[in-house]
Amino acid sequence: MRRLVRVAALLLACSPAFATEPSEMLKDPALEARAREIGRALRCVVCQNQAIDDSNAEVARDMRRAVRERLAAGDRDEAVMAFMTARYGDYVLLKPPFKPGTLVLWLGGPLVLLLAGGALLLAARKRRAPEPPAPLSEEERARVDALLRRDDA
Amino acid sequence: MIPELGHFALILALAVALVQGSLPFVGAARGDIRLMALGSTAALTQAFLVILAFAALTQAYVTSDFSVANVVANSHSAKPLLYKISGVWGNHEGSMLLWALILALFGAAVALFGSNLPDSLRARVLGVQALIGVGFLAFLLFTSNPFERVSPAPPDGNGLNPLLQDPGLAFHPPLLYLGYVGFSVTYAFAIAALLEGRVDVAWARWVRPWTLAAWCFLTCGIALGSWWAYYILGWGGFWFWDPVENASLMPWLAGTALLHSAIVVEKRDALKSWTVLLAILAFSLSLLGTFLVRSGVLTSVHAFAQDPARGLYILGFLLLVTGGGLALYAWQAPKLVSNALFQPVSREGALILNNLLLCTLAATVLLGTLYPLFLDLVTGDKVSVGPPFFNATFVPLCAPLFAALCVGPFLAWKRAEIAPALARLRIAFAVSVVAAIVAAAAIDGRATLSAIAFGFGVWLIAGSVTEFVVRARRGRLRTMTRAAIGMTISHAALGVVVLGSVATASWQVEMIRTMKPGETAQFAGYGVRLEQVAPLQGPNYIAERATLTLTDGGKPYTTLTPERRLFTVQRRQISETSIHTNLLRDLYATLGEGDATQGWTIRLYWNPLAPWIWLGAGLCALGGFVSLTDRRLRVGAPRRSRPAVQAAE
Repeated sequence: MRRLVRVAALLLACSPAFATEPSEMLKDPALEARAREIGRALRCVVCQNQAIDDSNAEVARDMRRAVRERLAAGDRDEAVMAFMTARYGDYVLLKPPFKPGTLVLWLGGPLVLLLAGGALLLAARKRRAPEPPAPLSEEERARVDALLRRDDA
Repeated sequence: MIPELGHFALILALAVALVQGSLPFVGAARGDIRLMALGSTAALTQAFLVILAFAALTQAYVTSDFSVANVVANSHSAKPLLYKISGVWGNHEGSMLLWALILALFGAAVALFGSNLPDSLRARVLGVQALIGVGFLAFLLFTSNPFERVSPAPPDGNGLNPLLQDPGLAFHPPLLYLGYVGFSVTYAFAIAALLEGRVDVAWARWVRPWTLAAWCFLTCGIALGSWWAYYILGWGGFWFWDPVENASLMPWLAGTALLHSAIVVEKRDALKSWTVLLAILAFSLSLLGTFLVRSGVLTSVHAFAQDPARGLYILGFLLLVTGGGLALYAWQAPKLVSNALFQPVSREGALILNNLLLCTLAATVLLGTLYPLFLDLVTGDKVSVGPPFFNATFVPLCAPLFAALCVGPFLAWKRAEIAPALARLRIAFAVSVVAAIVAAAAIDGRATLSAIAFGFGVWLIAGSVTEFVVRARRGRLRTMTRAAIGMTISHAALGVVVLGSVATASWQVEMIRTMKPGETAQFAGYGVRLEQVAPLQGPNYIAERATLTLTDGGKPYTTLTPERRLFTVQRRQISETSIHTNLLRDLYATLGEGDATQGWTIRLYWNPLAPWIWLGAGLCALGGFVSLTDRRLRVGAPRRSRPAVQAAE
């Protein structure tokens, strides 16, 4: 129960709409735009599926500051991302990196498309050339002849 | 007294559902008319009882009966009446009761309007419906009783989550559930068909209106939810790829696929077993959606494990419904032989492509939503899957879907030529290419992908209109079916949604700054002046309201009044955005923290074409409703003209 309360308290802290504050923003609009872009790709570590750009949590604020400090120090976007993942782990990336643990995640969709598409193509090919009916056995042939003869009579 | 009556009605409903879920099956197997007819009577009785239970809970909410635990936890005497009523389903127990209510109402509808169904099919459909009902009623009674009393009764309740006290969200769950539960009828028809071992044209004519109705409601429900998120969450976004949103998107995608494949069953007597499979999947995804949202598994795997009874029950039920359905399918599907032949390039082929892509989209969303849970359970690794992932995987898959969408309706059944269809679409293609180039040149030269996506939106509208015009030119306008008109509306409306989403997501203009009263700023061509920030007393909250006047070329244009509300009972703040729309763009303002000396944080957004997202979604559902009024579907199932299913050798 106590744990649930803690989770609830954390979620309350994440209430949106009071996210990135003017006091945090960088003077240079181009740099600030890059900071926002990066902020949208990083996850607030205590919130439920929220980017640091949209979160009001204290941690998110610290993370936004860290991003802006690195940018102001002249880091490239990739270097900032690398810095943040080194600090918080791959967990902060809202787009998970391509690695053994995420193979299924990244390849699952295309795999479904390929397998289902392939199966459909095979089925279509099979349908195009219907199998010729199996030849009649001796016994069947005799019966057909008998029936035909009866009709003629 | 009344809550006990409600509780009692619920117990009786469970008993009736148990009867309805067993005897009609026996009747159908033995050909006993009386036992089969029992299904209809039981369905009506069950609906009556669940209505009673729901009315009892509503009564407790409206009169603020704080001896009922559920009312204490989720209501407050000072709450406006609308939110007292919506509070009934704004919580776990109540929303499950709403589920059971809609399920019972749909069952009653099948009983009432299904008189032209073959007796055994109707009995089996009602039986399956009842079994689903048993699952939900037992869940309510054994784990989530909404009528539980507290003693002594507290003087007042805890109030409803302020985020939910909103007209948009008041009607969001009922619409969503109408969609989810609507697919239960389709599921019941699929299971009944598997038990009977036959799927024919009449079956498809029955299934299509149910699927269509469910789909329309689900579309409205999702749109309403997204609209709510847009104006309440306060940063101008409209879709966040949140698991809760994905939970409703998955059944929508599967339902859209089902809608299209059912056409093939109806018109061409083909794709039968695939359609049955889709019906099972669509409802399973609806249940999965309910499970994800209701079990707490999303908050964290650990929160789920803290109170596992409910979550495990829904999980077990989900496995039973899905697993049972699929097992029955594996056993009986080979009997469902389609004997219609068609070439890959044909209307059938186009609809299969539609199904292939929609199912891949659904699978992508499913993977992205469940993967973090899955990985955490299996390896303990934590991974985040957010909007950038879906933008990289989901959005590109939409391109072939949208490209093919306009071509499909031009293809003939069985065998078609692709070149004439493309030739007819050349004007539509040219228009969309021009639109993309204009978008790239006029707005933002760097955002090439956004411009292409914008072109796709125009393509959907132009292509759908072209198809309509070609038909009208051939003099077929007067004989055009409502279903065809509905298709044109929905397809074009999808284009409207695409244009709105692309424009808002790509070309939004934002201003975040601190302003003091009297201060002015320039934003998106308007002069903005913060007049004042004044305190305000609401019915169950206190608020600060900012008054922003906007001027256009010196002349007064409009006033925006965003608020920041503090709900006193829950001590929770939420922001009330203020939006001015002219249907081509929204001016969107929110008020952040601040005081008179420091100034307040003001956020302003200029969201181009934003209203089109929900306008388009509404139109999309409207197209579905128009199609639903088609004469063919109103008349109901025609007589069987031929034995449609032959036993497989």
